[in-house]
Amino acid sequence: MNTFVDVASEEMPSGIPLSERGPAPRRVVAGFGFWLFLLSDIIIFSALFAAYAVLSGETNGGPSGIELFDKRHVLFETACLLASSFTCGMMMLAMERRSAPMTYFWSLLTAALGVRFLWLEITEFADMVHRGAGPARSAFLSSFFTLVGTHGAHVTIGIAWLMIMMLQVATIGFRPMVIRRLLCFSLFWHALDIVWIGVFTVVYLGARP
Amino acid sequence: MFGKLTWAAIPLNEPIPLATVCVLVVGIVAVLALVTWKGWWPYLWREWITSTDHKRIGVMYVILALVMLLRGFADAIMMRSQLALAAGHAAGYLPPEHYDQIFSAHGTIMIFFVGMTFVIGLMNFVLPLQLGVRDVAFPVLNSVSFWLTAAGVLLVNVSLGVGEFAKTGWLAYPPLSEIAYSPGVGVDYYLWSLQISGLGTLLSGINLTTTILKLRAPGMSYGRMPVFCWTALASNLLIIAAFPILTATFAMLLLDRYLGFHFFTNDGGGNPMMYVNLIWGWGHPEVYILILPAFGVFSEVIATFSGKPLFGYRSMVLATMAICVLSFMVWLHHFFTMGAGANVNAFFGIATMIIAVPTGVKIFNWLFTMYGGSIRFTAAVHWAIGFMVTFVIGGMTGVLMAIPPADFVLHNSLFLIAHFHNVIIGGVIFGAMAGYSYWFPKAFGFRLHEGLGKAVFWCWFVGFYLAFMPLYVLGLMGATRRMQHYADPTWQPLMVVALGGAAVIFIGILLTVAQLVVSIRTRDRRRDVTGDPWSGRTLEWSVSSPPPAWNFAVLPTVGGADAFWSAKHRAGAAVAEERLIALSVPKNTPLGFFVAFFMVIVGFSLIWHIWWSAILGLLGAIAVCLRHAWRTDLEDSVSVATIAEHERAHRLRAAQA
Repeated sequence: MNTFVDVASEEMPSGIPLSERGPAPRRVVAGFGFWLFLLSDIIIFSALFAAYAVLSGETNGGPSGIELFDKRHVLFETACLLASSFTCGMMMLAMERRSAPMTYFWSLLTAALGVRFLWLEITEFADMVHRGAGPARSAFLSSFFTLVGTHGAHVTIGIAWLMIMMLQVATIGFRPMVIRRLLCFSLFWHALDIVWIGVFTVVYLGARP
Repeated sequence: MFGKLTWAAIPLNEPIPLATVCVLVVGIVAVLALVTWKGWWPYLWREWITSTDHKRIGVMYVILALVMLLRGFADAIMMRSQLALAAGHAAGYLPPEHYDQIFSAHGTIMIFFVGMTFVIGLMNFVLPLQLGVRDVAFPVLNSVSFWLTAAGVLLVNVSLGVGEFAKTGWLAYPPLSEIAYSPGVGVDYYLWSLQISGLGTLLSGINLTTTILKLRAPGMSYGRMPVFCWTALASNLLIIAAFPILTATFAMLLLDRYLGFHFFTNDGGGNPMMYVNLIWGWGHPEVYILILPAFGVFSEVIATFSGKPLFGYRSMVLATMAICVLSFMVWLHHFFTMGAGANVNAFFGIATMIIAVPTGVKIFNWLFTMYGGSIRFTAAVHWAIGFMVTFVIGGMTGVLMAIPPADFVLHNSLFLIAHFHNVIIGGVIFGAMAGYSYWFPKAFGFRLHEGLGKAVFWCWFVGFYLAFMPLYVLGLMGATRRMQHYADPTWQPLMVVALGGAAVIFIGILLTVAQLVVSIRTRDRRRDVTGDPWSGRTLEWSVSSPPPAWNFAVLPTVGGADAFWSAKHRAGAAVAEERLIALSVPKNTPLGFFVAFFMVIVGFSLIWHIWWSAILGLLGAIAVCLRHAWRTDLEDSVSVATIAEHERAHRLRAAQA
């Protein structure tokens, strides 16, 4: 069964335009609503990116991006996150086959890569604070910690969500409600990757002297 | 243990807030006592508080908006009476620090908790009925949205009695709103109540957009949707695009205030003007979020009571969507005086003037709809005509201020205050009241008293002109906004006239209450047994008033615009009983109420820096969400017999009428 095909389009006669076929099936409605939520979330990030763009040169005599960022560290972080998107995709394929053990396996791998990413981020933050470059040091650092930290908070929530979903699979099984939620989780997890590509490019590759 | 919260937070030595709080507390206790004494709690809990029915939630939004209108108006009349007194050597009766809280609370409450709440309530109630479906896309989420809005309302009102409210104006510009200049809890009350209610608004926007785009009766293509659905679509798209900016901006200000960040501070490299840019990136779309549904209401009201299809449906839709897009391109006109330079100001000035074009298209469409129609002058039509006159004046003063050199003179003067009250009262409030009288019979099954409804209109209409035309003149004379006292006694006569206008509006508000009481007492004479009291054109009038929980026994099939109008003129609109099937309706859930309960604890604790209870509150909110996530019995089924019984009873009543 392919979850990405609109049921209505399979069952309805083809002569009627999609907009006139009546209420969409619940899975489509849930997915669409979650897409809208993701768009709104991305607008939150846009505002934080805008703030970072305005403030990234305002170092207030403190350290600048070039002095602070370790690009190899960030490259490893990025690799963890992108790999976790791959494992998340594998988890969704396992879910399609209703294979609980494989779903658990890939979800644990996804969560582990997410935790590794977070740990790298936390060590980076701790190191910066230790060197006197905390968020209260300058407007540049305020906007840096907020933008990157908001992404990190999303990853944290995502990991918690994934663990809760595995509990749901274990307790109430692959019912449509659980499958819809896993579908939304996967959208969420991939969206975080897209945001991270923006962070990696704008913040780390675009670090100012 | 209790953070910054001490007994000093209660305003025991300030008579005005103290008296207000006492009256409020007595009032609330009296209402709760009455509900307990009458044994209404089980009914309220079962039918309203835990309801996931979009109609019930819509009604609760509107009630909340009307109650908050009283609160916001109390602030307004205090400001007007202060300014009628405080000329020359007279100081008036409100000290500056109190006056500053009043104008901040007035703006915050009127925009977020009256305007937003009212239009979201109307959209909630009407949209599924007009689209010909059984509920919104996410009924449980809808209940959560409502209760989060209510949580924000509660926090704003708690600030009356515990602590203080912001003294910064309704948008809390930094650096004034930074911790260095506003060390009290006022700004925190403002920020947390709007963060919590803003989350509810965003979820509501997602919910209603999904409803319009994914749930429509068979045959209802986009080109057949009623215009109210189109304006609601534009408004909810704007909510999705604009409210996250507000959330992010407030989050940055909160980080500045709580953790010493430097987004908007004077020192550390912060940039206060970035806040002003960001907040208006939300704020300008916000005014269209408010006005577009009102435009939709007027479109429905005018078409129905002119007995004609809306003139220029396609141009109306295009104008609506054009406004939706353009609303994001004009934010800078709120601060031409920032000094962005002549070219930037010219761009935003011209963009602002361009918005007047689609708005003008709409005005002409309404006029041409009325032209040649057989118009019934109901209260709703009074609001619509009053709107057209008033809104055009407000629009023209807006275009006047869109000219940057003129704005340099008029910026932050009472002229500006007159302008935006001209469009918000004349547009949003008139639209909300028109929708209230138009859809009231659908919601409750009986009509409101028409005579009193017209009296309410005339009070608002006359009161508005008396209260705000003097402010245009005073603005040109140099009077500024947020002014608690003025030295020039020649301003006083106009200030007294403005107070008189506020008093006339107050009579209108009292008459609204009277209208409701009279209409309820005489409801048996006002019953709407047909479900179609106004000879309507759209699908909400095809079901009984009030509609059953499932709205439509069988989803209607739509063949064109004005679906119900064409269906009425075909024979045999009644549904054959053998076509009925058992339906499921969403079960009640206390999730929204409990989430909001815990979010009030979180908000209050964060305002007063009581960290342990903030964490407990958050854990509580998460716990009830998790509890809900494991619920698998989310729907009740309705039997064919129940549906058939309702349909038969409705047809019988309609036939007897």
